[in-house]
Amino acid sequence: MRLARGALWVFCGLVGVWLVAPALIVLPLSLTSQASLVFPPRGWSGRWYANFFHDASWIGAFWTSLQVALLVTVVATVIGTAAAIGLTRGQGRGLVAANALILSPMIVPGIVFAIGSYATFLSLHLVGTLGGFVMAHTVLALPFVVIPVTARLRGFDRRLELASASLGAGRWATFGQVTLPLVAPGVLAGALFAFVTSFDEVVVSLFIQSPYLQTLPVKMYSSVSRDTDPTIAAAASMIIVLTTVLVLVASYLTVRRSRVR
Amino acid sequence: MSGSGAPADLAPVPGLARAGGEIILDRLTKHYADTAAVDDVSLTIRPGEFMTLLGPSGSGKTTTLNAIAGFVAPTSGRLLLDGSEVGGVPPHRRDIGMVFQHYALFPHMTVAENIAFPLRQRRVPKTRRTELVTSALDTVRLSGLERRYPHELSGGQQQRVAVARAIVYAPRVLLMDEPLGALDKKLRDWLQLEIKRIHAELGTTFVYVTHDQEEALVLSDRVAVFNGGRIEQVGTPDELYERPSTLFVARFLGDSTVLRGPAGPDDTGDTPDSSTLAKCGRTLRAPGRHSGAGAIVVRPERLSVHPDGAGPDSAGPDRAEWNGAEWNALPAVVEREIYLGSSRKLELRLPDGDPALVREQAGKLADVRPGDRVTLAWRVADSVLLADDPTVEDAVT
Repeated sequence: MRLARGALWVFCGLVGVWLVAPALIVLPLSLTSQASLVFPPRGWSGRWYANFFHDASWIGAFWTSLQVALLVTVVATVIGTAAAIGLTRGQGRGLVAANALILSPMIVPGIVFAIGSYATFLSLHLVGTLGGFVMAHTVLALPFVVIPVTARLRGFDRRLELASASLGAGRWATFGQVTLPLVAPGVLAGALFAFVTSFDEVVVSLFIQSPYLQTLPVKMYSSVSRDTDPTIAAAASMIIVLTTVLVLVASYLTVRRSRVR
Repeated sequence: MSGSGAPADLAPVPGLARAGGEIILDRLTKHYADTAAVDDVSLTIRPGEFMTLLGPSGSGKTTTLNAIAGFVAPTSGRLLLDGSEVGGVPPHRRDIGMVFQHYALFPHMTVAENIAFPLRQRRVPKTRRTELVTSALDTVRLSGLERRYPHELSGGQQQRVAVARAIVYAPRVLLMDEPLGALDKKLRDWLQLEIKRIHAELGTTFVYVTHDQEEALVLSDRVAVFNGGRIEQVGTPDELYERPSTLFVARFLGDSTVLRGPAGPDDTGDTPDSSTLAKCGRTLRAPGRHSGAGAIVVRPERLSVHPDGAGPDSAGPDRAEWNGAEWNALPAVVEREIYLGSSRKLELRLPDGDPALVREQAGKLADVRPGDRVTLAWRVADSVLLADDPTVEDAVT
């Protein structure tokens, strides 16, 4: 029994290391003083961070990614929450099909979706536009909003909405003051997933980019295939730190909310 | 859809102190698929009245309540609130208060925020809101708990917050859906009295749904007994208990002995307006007229037992009078005695196998034991003769 327990701990430890290892390598790599990606680094310097912030193409790609990701967060959260409400409250035969359609981006291979988007966007002149990125990423992010919000709505006591109505609150007032605050943790988790999905999406973005509008992952991909310059390690490190902070903040908010309940 | 905008036609809160509203259900019917949950129900609930809708589960009482609240759209029939048709009015514009069985307090709001919720929907200014919340909490005797969250309160406290939230804006009508169903017996007894007190204080019309007949008798001005989507009888608690109009009502409210048999007009000529019913080879008499399959219903405290072979005793009638114009009597065997302190229950078996139930007050106990052969006697005037209803079983509960 104790042996099995110990083996489990060792196994989990190994999986943990396996998952975190890339980050543990990238972080020191970004602080190397050399001009090549050699691990372990033989000297320390912040020059690759300086390089990142002085190079217009890196900064531009970063801002594009941030813009796209924030817009996707807003659009996907609003549409996804509305869709989740429709899917949990609606009745009828179309519901199962609609659910499958919304979740399909998680199942369809990325490359298939990318080629399809590219072909469609070409004829609509959306390739290399901000709107194109937002649209494509929103479709990819929707399942990540719909799933947690749906889960939250399924556990929601509908009698609270009846109580709210009996007390004089109309549908929108009930939604704003009762339903939304109580499913907020699900919505917040969805928004976070939407942001992260867009921010590190690379396959579709490679297809619908243009030389004038690139997202950060696209820029990193072309950088690593053209010149192996540790600036990419600096960029990667910053993404890791940003997403980690976001996840920590979100889980802190979720925990605090559920403690209030 | 009204949005979050203040509906102009909602409650005139500022003055408060409004009298109770009148509710008229006119041939109200609600079908689900091919079954009628509520079937042609007509009922007038008077202003300020405490009306209880009583019935077993699935009898249509809750559907009727939900139709009044606006949660259920009637298939047909009219619903009038203070004379105006509200059938098509959405729930949030009906200005009705409702207390739910499982409280339905908003978990993300404090007690004060919960109670202020209906006032916020009515755009009541903040200072007035605080005043009203304080006085509502005072009414339900929960002052000082304003800043607690619902999960920090006991079940009884939560239910009282729910009541405060439903009365704070002085609605014309307060609906309660088995509000005490989830609480233990002792708390329930106490909250029943609290609800009665609050009703007396406010003068609001209360419509109360329960399946607990004792609760209905304690609380109500009048009770409507539901069965199979229809109303069997409407009346004051003592009317329903002493003069049930159907066998279902007699069995559902309180204990009773049901004596079934063929009934016909009483042609002895002794009493003009009475009928006879044949039971165990005897002829029983009861007031009223009924012919065909009938049932005589007698309440357990109206029955008395007399040991066989004993002489005429002072408590009972003279044996010569039994099965005469004034008294009915049947032979029986005592099966079980249940001693309750202030009273004693006796379960008896009639010669044809039917059960009978007697309740005797302490100090007036007959000298009988289980196994004894006895005579069961009661006044003709204490019998209620009803049409037999084969769907109602006669087991003593």
